[in-house]
Amino acid sequence: MSSQKKRDQLILHTALTAGRIMIENGSEVERVEDTMERIAHNAGAKTSQLFVMITGILMAINGEVGAQIEPVKRRTFDLEKISVVNDLSRQFAAHKITLQQFSNQLDHLDKSTKYFPFWLQLLAAAMVSGPLEVVFRHNLPDFWITCVVGTVGWLVFYLLSKFIQIRFLSEFAAAATIGVLAIWSVHLGLGNSVDDIIIGSVMPLVPGVPITNSVRDILAGNLVSGPARGVEALVSAAAIGFGIAMVLQFL
Amino acid sequence: MSITEFFIEAAGNYVATIGFGILLNIPRRALNYAGWIGVLGYFVYKFLVIWGGGYVVGNMLGAVVIGVASLQAARIKKMPMILFNIPALVPLVPGGQAYQMIKYFALGQNATAFTFLIQVVMISGAIAFGFLLSELVNRVQQRVWRHRR
Repeated sequence: MSSQKKRDQLILHTALTAGRIMIENGSEVERVEDTMERIAHNAGAKTSQLFVMITGILMAINGEVGAQIEPVKRRTFDLEKISVVNDLSRQFAAHKITLQQFSNQLDHLDKSTKYFPFWLQLLAAAMVSGPLEVVFRHNLPDFWITCVVGTVGWLVFYLLSKFIQIRFLSEFAAAATIGVLAIWSVHLGLGNSVDDIIIGSVMPLVPGVPITNSVRDILAGNLVSGPARGVEALVSAAAIGFGIAMVLQFL
Repeated sequence: MSITEFFIEAAGNYVATIGFGILLNIPRRALNYAGWIGVLGYFVYKFLVIWGGGYVVGNMLGAVVIGVASLQAARIKKMPMILFNIPALVPLVPGGQAYQMIKYFALGQNATAFTFLIQVVMISGAIAFGFLLSELVNRVQQRVWRHRR
């Protein structure tokens, strides 16, 4: 009977780790519930009870006494990890990997962070800001300076996020930097329009993940997690807005 | 809109969507599809505005198209849908209006700022509602799909 208990522990551990990784990296709640239920079902659990929130997960299987809690402490945006968990879950469902392998790979995934190289991320920030300035404002001469200001703004955001754990403060500082640089570059004659440069440069900071997930969570009936994401998006937008507004005051 | 403008906007949207995808660290295999969905959604919005559909309807249908196309891409690539629709949403974000709103509030011209505030609220609402509608389309489609097999 003790081997059965061990097996149940492993199922719980695997499902909870998978769920935590997905929420931490910006998945919507419905997908997490679905994945965890599938894992439990494919591992042979007869029933599974789940309670998934944006700040923690609660799970029990087979109607036993020992439900387990997994808190979700940090939140970042790394959609690749969600995709990897999804792949692993599919492989497990197709019996290509065992439960133990699944669990080990999840623990490994949890520790490793495989981002794109830093220079490529900087380039991506330029790729977002410059082209969108042209698309929104049709202002081709300011393309280059917008790329530069957008990259610097994102760099400030990235570096500050490493040191202070509060995302909103980094967004505020990055927006203020963008505002100062935009005004400065127009003063120096490098750009024509402060408005256009700021609009383009702020785009890499847009909270796209919380906005989308908030809508999907509310629609799926998760009336706690959906609005929580919405508040996250609103505070981010407000932080960026205040950063810009503060600079414009001193124009 | 001239042909040159069309191509510049298409290229700009494609590049910007892929750039946002890289910032969110979506897998390399998904980048190309996400880029094309971004271009598609933006042009649905753009053509509706040109043909007199108005901003709100344009943004809404753009979001619907992004949502539906993302599900197809997710099915083809066997990857989660959010990898495609989050980056593709970025060209629709009302960044220009939001900035004008902040600017006029900061300068103390509240009346002008409120007109932009209303635009921002309407557009974000339209995008949210568009996603909601696309979810509806997807669910109906999934049911039909399952029924047929």
